[in-house]
Amino acid sequence: MPRFRLPTPSRPAALQSKAKRPAGANGPSGPVETAAEGGIHVVDWLDERTSLSGGLRWMMFRKVPKGTNWFYTLGSATMFAFLSQAVTGIFLAMYYDPSPTRAYESVRYIVNDAFLGEFVRGMHRWGSSVMVILICLHMARTFFFGAYKYPRELNWVIGVALLILTFAMSFTGYLLPFDQRSYWATIVGVNINGTGPLVGPYLSDFLRAGPEFGATTLSRFYAIHMMLVPGLIAALMGAHLYLVAKLGTTAPPWMRAEREKSLIEDEV
Amino acid sequence: MNQLEKEEYLREYALLKAKGKPFFPYAIAKDSAMAVITLIVIILMSLILGAELGPKADPTTTTYVPRPEWYFFFLFEVLRIIKPPEFVPMATIGVPTLCMILLFLLPFYDRSAERRPERRPIATAAGILTIFAMAYLTFLGANAGSPNEIDMAPPADLKGAALTEWNQGRLVVAQSGCLACHQIGENGNHGPGPRLTHIARNLPAAAIAQTLRNPTAPMPSFQRLSDTEPEKFNAMVQFLGSLK
Repeated sequence: MPRFRLPTPSRPAALQSKAKRPAGANGPSGPVETAAEGGIHVVDWLDERTSLSGGLRWMMFRKVPKGTNWFYTLGSATMFAFLSQAVTGIFLAMYYDPSPTRAYESVRYIVNDAFLGEFVRGMHRWGSSVMVILICLHMARTFFFGAYKYPRELNWVIGVALLILTFAMSFTGYLLPFDQRSYWATIVGVNINGTGPLVGPYLSDFLRAGPEFGATTLSRFYAIHMMLVPGLIAALMGAHLYLVAKLGTTAPPWMRAEREKSLIEDEV
Repeated sequence: MNQLEKEEYLREYALLKAKGKPFFPYAIAKDSAMAVITLIVIILMSLILGAELGPKADPTTTTYVPRPEWYFFFLFEVLRIIKPPEFVPMATIGVPTLCMILLFLLPFYDRSAERRPERRPIATAAGILTIFAMAYLTFLGANAGSPNEIDMAPPADLKGAALTEWNQGRLVVAQSGCLACHQIGENGNHGPGPRLTHIARNLPAAAIAQTLRNPTAPMPSFQRLSDTEPEKFNAMVQFLGSLK
């Protein structure tokens, strides 16, 4: 049986959407357009004074070679884990008190009483493991794909510095809860530093803020953990990213560019 | 890498890059997906594993066994394997420093132009070996007992309360750090203190107790322990007195 279909009746004139008209000489013709114009004005104002748009375009619209796969997201995932550590760390710092008498109680307050405290502390605690795993995977990818070779040698060196700083973060952060586990592990860690040749004793004296584990040791670890090392990591990460954008993401080592026929003929 | 290889690489890379896609939105999309996965993993770990807080730090305890975070286990294990005191600085700082320098300088001593892992057998094998070595050391470190544990069987003729006291004495000796300077059987360091493996052959229990209370420097005195917790002190003497 043939099926008939009636044409849908046209909507009444009042409900028909009107065709957009470009803003004429009389200026924007609606609230949306006004807002859009306003936005453009703000961006123009900023760009006139900073010339940021060129840099942004250079960063965002650079080409990424053919064949890049999920292995190439490990670096940015490490950076994201670092950002997560920074954000959760800020919230923990709002409650934490780096004095030997109050540190443990302040952490206990975070875990037991503060709103979402245990959750945020858990994110910070396990985020450090995630960051270490990601940075190691990122390094393994760089190593096995030979991505540290010319012209990216300097970026490899910066990356190794970032790896060491990440371990330094973990070492200094371990003491801060000031429970038995963290206290004794840190004592051992500092003593291990002390057995090193030449700078060893000076390094452990610097970490302990004196020959013995004392009242200022904790605040020293805290300052290193939340200012010195994160500052260095952020700065080096910026340099690392700049070099990635400048030199380009590597292509997987097995990728070969297809030569165009005309070019091959030229070579002959 | 000579000049020709460098230029060849740059030309090849320029061609690959020209065929590629822009970073925004293609690479950004993958990166964002990965960031979301990372965040979900962190949140799930926080929810499932929690953030338990141990007992408060007590500098006066000698019973606590320090454990580092799991990703330092491999370092911890290197320390346990290398025992002789003259090699300890080498283990603690020498090996890690050497590894760090090797890592830093990698692009400067591996200068071949080849990038495919299967065509760089030495580098790939070294990388895989390093991963396995670190995984193995981490595994050992995770399963290792306390560094100051005394691993030995009690004398066969001990029974009941005497055996309990012997075990307590073994624990107190282990926790008091005696093994830092003394060797008991396979446990502990060679010096500077004398070996205690057969100490009871030369010293009767009373003489051991006397030495513990009033030792030759630099050994610390256990006078305070004998005053405040005599049962611990007696267990210690009984354990050491059994080492024939």
